[in-house]
Amino acid sequence: MNIKVLGGGCAKCEALLAATKEAVAEKGIEAEIEYITDMAKIMEYGIMSTPALIIDNKVVSMGRVLKAKDVAKIL
Amino acid sequence: MGAFFQNQILSMKWLNELIGNLLSAMGLDTTSRIGGSVQFFIYDVIKITILLCLLIFIISYIQSFFPPERSRKIMGRFHGIGANIVGALLGTVTPFCSCSSIPIFMGFTSAGLPLGVTFSFLISSPMVDLGSLVLLMSIFGVKIAIAYVILGLVIAVIGGTLIEKLHMEDQIADFIRNSNSSVNIESPDLTVRDRLVYARDQVESTFKKVFPYILVGVGIGAIIHNWIPENWVQTVLGSRNPFGVVLATIVGVPMYADIFGTIPVAEALLAKGALLGTILSFMMAVTTLSLPSLIMLKKAIKPKLMGTFIAICVIGIIIVGYGFNAFQYIFI
Repeated sequence: MNIKVLGGGCAKCEALLAATKEAVAEKGIEAEIEYITDMAKIMEYGIMSTPALIIDNKVVSMGRVLKAKDVAKIL
Repeated sequence: MGAFFQNQILSMKWLNELIGNLLSAMGLDTTSRIGGSVQFFIYDVIKITILLCLLIFIISYIQSFFPPERSRKIMGRFHGIGANIVGALLGTVTPFCSCSSIPIFMGFTSAGLPLGVTFSFLISSPMVDLGSLVLLMSIFGVKIAIAYVILGLVIAVIGGTLIEKLHMEDQIADFIRNSNSSVNIESPDLTVRDRLVYARDQVESTFKKVFPYILVGVGIGAIIHNWIPENWVQTVLGSRNPFGVVLATIVGVPMYADIFGTIPVAEALLAKGALLGTILSFMMAVTTLSLPSLIMLKKAIKPKLMGTFIAICVIGIIIVGYGFNAFQYIFI
């Protein structure tokens, strides 16, 4: 599984990254987590509100700081 | 009825009396300087906190209907100055934080929205939001609040239109202009429950973020309220200083604070005889332009456009300040 957290490096984006890591660890899933701050890359996904969460190239959340348990639910 | 709503519900005068009585019962003289400062501080912190939580909840609920993807679609349907007006209006209800300004900017530009419309949105978004409307009503009354919001929207519409007329499309950062992202993702459908959860999360995170600013803002307000001589305030920010508005704007621009933090300062200065327009200029300058958001924006646009954007905002704010000062008698 490939997970990407997209954001400009602000506090909210960091929070989503932390929550995602926590959820992955909790569920014991084998996943590769990437943190993408390059705006040109973010744009390729058509994202307009950061932070966004992308799982296997599918946008599952944007503009929201999900909690670890919310991320776990999506996983 | 109107006065009751204004004084007791919006301004929570009962809370001020309650705190005054409690402090007196504890043996603190609230007519003394220290007592007065303590009373102002406790009253304002509680009042603004209550308003903040309530407002952010309601606003976030409304905002959940206007994700940027949807605002972009709506704006695309309008043309000419109509699009600028819609952009300015949507700027007030689209959830937005400075770290999202680039993705929003890119999203709008790549969707082919005119640059001027994007800027109308970018100017109005931090300057006028629903929260500031209600908070201003609470402290300065309904007339001033509505005038503030209308003038903010006017600056946004005129500013955007000017940028449009200057044809600065080549001033957008190359990586945005050269990208041909045509991905058009749909915003997810939300249930009422989703929206309530979103609103609650927003209250929680905004409160955490803004509370220190409120404490500082109210602290400064309390000091002004009881320690700074009226004379000083009137000399610098009152009718005796014709450059008060310019001064307030220039001091306000680099400062970064939430509107919830600036209002107590504004409230205290007004009570000390500062002119209304001068105070509003200060508030608009602090909330609209700030170093962090300018640094973000700098990545998306080139210096010339950046300079134009700053100049338009500053001049607009100064005009509003002098306008309010000239017609202050209508509002107070």
